[in-house]
Amino acid sequence: MAELIVPTGQPDELLPTTGAGTRNFGWWGMVLFICVEATLFALLLVSYFYLRFRSGPVWPPDGIENPKLKLVLIMSAILWSSSFPVHMAHHAIKKKGDVKKLKAYLAIGFVLGAVFLALQLGKEYPDIARHEFTPRTDAYGSLFFTITGLHGAHVFVGLMMNAWVQMRAWQGAFDRHHHVSVQNFTMYWHFVDVVWLFVLTTLYLSPQLG
Amino acid sequence: MDRVSTGRVDCGRKSVAPVVFFAAGAALAVGGCTGDSSIVSPKGPAARSVAGIWWPMLIVATAVFVFVAGMLLLAAARGRRKTEDEAKVTPRWGEPFIVIAGVGVSGAILVGFFLFSLARVQALTDAGRRTALRITVTGHDWWWEVRYPNGAVTANEIHIPAGQKVKVALESADVIHSFWVPRLGPKVDMIPGMHNDLWLEAEEPGIYRGQCAEFCGLQHANMIIRVVADPPADFDRWMAAQAEPAAPSDAAGRQIFETQTCAGCHRVRGTAAEGAVGPDLTHFGGRATLGAGVLPLSPANLRRWITDPQGVKPGVTMPPTTLSAADLDHLVTYLEGLR
Amino acid sequence: MATIEAGLASPEHLEEEWHEEPGLGSFLTTVDHKRIGKRYLYTGLLFLVIGGVESLVMRIQLAHSNLHVLDPETYNQLFTMHGVTMMFLFATPVLSGFGNYLVPLMIGARDMAFPRLNAFGYWVFLGAGVFFYSSFVIHRLPDAGWFNYTPLSDSVYSAGPNVDFYALGLIFMGISTTAGSINFIVTILKMRAPGMSLDRMPIFVWGELAMALTVIFALPALTLANFLLELERRAGFHFFAPAGGGQPLLWQHLFWIFGHPEVYLVVLPALGIASAIIPTMCRRPMIGYTYIVLAEMAIALIGFGVWVHHMFATGLPSIGLGFISLTSFLVVIPSGVQIFAWLATLWAGKPVLTTPMLFILGFIILFVIGGLSGPMLAAIPLDQQVTDTYFVVAHFHYVLVGGAMFPIFAGIYFWAPKMTGRLLHEGWGKASFWLMFVGFNALFFPMHILGLRGQPRRMYTYQPGHGWDSLNLLETVGAFVLALGILVTFVNWVWSTKRGKEAGHDPWGGETLEWATTSPPAEYNFENIPTIRSREPMWDQPELGPHGQPVEAGGRGLGGGHNTLCTSLLEAEPEVVVPMPHESPWPLLLTIALFFVFLGLVIRSPFFWGVAAGAGVISTAGWFWPRGQTQET
Repeated sequence: MAELIVPTGQPDELLPTTGAGTRNFGWWGMVLFICVEATLFALLLVSYFYLRFRSGPVWPPDGIENPKLKLVLIMSAILWSSSFPVHMAHHAIKKKGDVKKLKAYLAIGFVLGAVFLALQLGKEYPDIARHEFTPRTDAYGSLFFTITGLHGAHVFVGLMMNAWVQMRAWQGAFDRHHHVSVQNFTMYWHFVDVVWLFVLTTLYLSPQLG
Repeated sequence: MDRVSTGRVDCGRKSVAPVVFFAAGAALAVGGCTGDSSIVSPKGPAARSVAGIWWPMLIVATAVFVFVAGMLLLAAARGRRKTEDEAKVTPRWGEPFIVIAGVGVSGAILVGFFLFSLARVQALTDAGRRTALRITVTGHDWWWEVRYPNGAVTANEIHIPAGQKVKVALESADVIHSFWVPRLGPKVDMIPGMHNDLWLEAEEPGIYRGQCAEFCGLQHANMIIRVVADPPADFDRWMAAQAEPAAPSDAAGRQIFETQTCAGCHRVRGTAAEGAVGPDLTHFGGRATLGAGVLPLSPANLRRWITDPQGVKPGVTMPPTTLSAADLDHLVTYLEGLR
Repeated sequence: MATIEAGLASPEHLEEEWHEEPGLGSFLTTVDHKRIGKRYLYTGLLFLVIGGVESLVMRIQLAHSNLHVLDPETYNQLFTMHGVTMMFLFATPVLSGFGNYLVPLMIGARDMAFPRLNAFGYWVFLGAGVFFYSSFVIHRLPDAGWFNYTPLSDSVYSAGPNVDFYALGLIFMGISTTAGSINFIVTILKMRAPGMSLDRMPIFVWGELAMALTVIFALPALTLANFLLELERRAGFHFFAPAGGGQPLLWQHLFWIFGHPEVYLVVLPALGIASAIIPTMCRRPMIGYTYIVLAEMAIALIGFGVWVHHMFATGLPSIGLGFISLTSFLVVIPSGVQIFAWLATLWAGKPVLTTPMLFILGFIILFVIGGLSGPMLAAIPLDQQVTDTYFVVAHFHYVLVGGAMFPIFAGIYFWAPKMTGRLLHEGWGKASFWLMFVGFNALFFPMHILGLRGQPRRMYTYQPGHGWDSLNLLETVGAFVLALGILVTFVNWVWSTKRGKEAGHDPWGGETLEWATTSPPAEYNFENIPTIRSREPMWDQPELGPHGQPVEAGGRGLGGGHNTLCTSLLEAEPEVVVPMPHESPWPLLLTIALFFVFLGLVIRSPFFWGVAAGAGVISTAGWFWPRGQTQET
């Protein structure tokens, strides 16, 4: 598909009917949505520190051990690595209009994100709930499950977006000039990965320092 | 293009407004003075210090208001005589005026009051460092538990020695309450899990009224504090007496108290009544009110309270107690005798 | 390369593209910002009436000491819902309604950036209002105050569903406010007519921008607080109750981190209304435009740094309190800057005392009074005496009712002629103003005195013998006078819509672009997107008017399609011609699904809200499903 260019009514002035980045309303919408969600997570992490520093000197409290790192570091590696195929997917369609690569990379990104969630819901959560604490144990438990859970919900929404974009790709919707959904999804996915960095540092790493 | 003509400005109505506002300002100045809970009628050094912030701020606020309202009304009046062309001329003082008045003068006044009030905060904190006595008040839904260092426990009526600083440690047994005796000093919240405190001093003996000042549920409106400032010698006697077990009182009434539901919630030290849910009633008869200030203490009111607390203070935790008339008489006599 | 008809867009062609067939169908599926804006206004004003009735009933109860008109539970529900209704269901929606209607007109656009999101925002607002008040049917309205402090609002002390309606209702409403704010920001930044650089943008639009940016960064705090509260109430989590390691003050921090910016986000567009009316009614450009714009932004920014002043009595450490005291004093400065800019403009200009102008003059007086009691509350020890008393109630009603409701009424008289084509009756308008002004002051001025005399707030009754009775009675009378004044405007509006004097396209001789359209505007707003060369285009560019700007002067027809223009952020240079969506059922369908999700949560039925969530997913898919072309934008 070629780019659609139209006259505006001013002599010799022709403008496109699509734009990317700052020339697209949807891009701005996604940026602002990310601002909202980022504020939400920031406040949640601040609440974590607030409750932590107003509780006693021992953190985690109530005899709970420091968070275990092995599984979560693997999960983090998987999640962060998923940013590469997602980035490559966007790059492929933007620079070369390569729909095949777009589909392939999106699929890889999907699988990596899904593995992250599977490990979190299928292994990490049950292990912790059975042997260490539940959200009902105390504020520490509530914070842990709420923060990681909210992040996981954002990953889930990201997977649904990924699936949607793949579906559109299969419908032949994208080319070099028309791929705003891919761009917006990519931004959201990177955002989710960045949030995980803060969650990991706050929940898993900072208690080890105390 | 059509435009709406405005008709004549009714200048008469416009000039009434400043008079009304002066009157209102005066009312504010004078009106706040009276009343037994007025913060601008202080009876203690803390409240006096705060009142000393209020008056200068009121004066400056009134002056600023007069200036702004005056300029507004004059501008409206002057506009009648102008032409539209004159209106389009931009005076050179316009933007400097905005900066000088809006940033310069306002900023100076505001920062000035900030520093002044901060100094008062410091002074109030410093003044509270050395206190003669420390009591603990715990907020409950909807009454006040008061504990003295000699082990005395009472409720709702707090005696302090006049002319001396008293530290009040503030706790809560349930939700957030706030301890406030306006003529003696500012309020501080009682927050479960936190250990706040404030200091009180009454300059002279007397009775000072306070009230819970943080919305705490159904009977937040009826959680009155009665502070009684005694001359120091009287206070010492009072505090010693409060630590004593209950005075002997009507024996039949005591029996009823111990065997009915009363003892399940209330304590009367020296008897079998050891309940810890409601107020300590060991020296109840000596208090002036019941139900945290909702009624004056009298036999008739006490009867009403015992048989129908929900009718007096809907939502209160105390259930109604049904007794025969004779039993009720004995119970009331007993309670009145607990001095 | 596909082409569209070049040249001037003919009105017939535009009519065809933009027309929405009247009838139930388009009523439910409209995406026209003007229809949606009016709906926000009407619905918001309906909630003003509801919130007002709540306050009148409370004032009857408080007219004298120890009255038993209301039991304490009912009173607590009334004062809670009065606050929730006025703040969330009246003030912000009505100001958003003005914004929705006027912003595209003032910036020379044909609609908002996301027309379907706009419709969705309205439906969610209506749904949230219905959700809140559905609790009335079971006499379980929220009753823990509009600020809902813990531990009172947790499941131990508020066992019923009242607080669940509160928390879930606010989360639901938050979706609308967030959607609306995203829409405003993108519209204002990217859809201004060519030549309308940021420093030529009307101050009213700046006010809506400041409001929307504040929402983005403040509202998540409230959403989070309510989310955590529901987890604690319903799922046994621990955040606020001390047993289990929670902190009651965490709620207060999160609530006020939202709550203080909230009051500024109510006031900022209202100040923008004043800045729209004053230049027109003074027959001259605003003096100090740049200062006012900077002040609007400064209020928004500094407003994020003062929240702890609601917590001066909670026993927090003095150092932190001292800092907040300073910021609370300083936040007065940008408001003062605006007042003095208006005073300069009024002094230099020729104020014309129409009804809108009277409401604005009244607003200035009342807002200044409120702004003078504010610094008193910034002084920590004085605040510690008067907080939680009627003094504070007086302060915030002066700044919120004086500072937002009076400009709203000014806006009604000023812009209703544009919306309906007919002026409101001037005589009745002035009567309404005086009733409201006198009634307001009789109601709220004595509250300063009562607060100083020690009458605390949030109390269903008070004892006799403290000197509070007579002023309380005066306040009750004042409340009814104020209500009468409001009623007069409503009657005036209804009557004038059919029988008022015809307004024409520019009854006041205004300077901004909304006066270039017909009254009411055509569905497509402008025949041509104009090129702007001034901050007061209607005064400086005589070629602007209902017949579109000629091509020689810079008009752009965009081919007469269902299009509008996307322009650059700073200088508003044309970038993209954007096709806009037509009517759609999905915003309403998604809202209905969400309503049942929240209802299912409050009645604790996972099946119910699970099914509703599924319907929501389907509606979202339907919304995003490409129509016609498979080609993506």
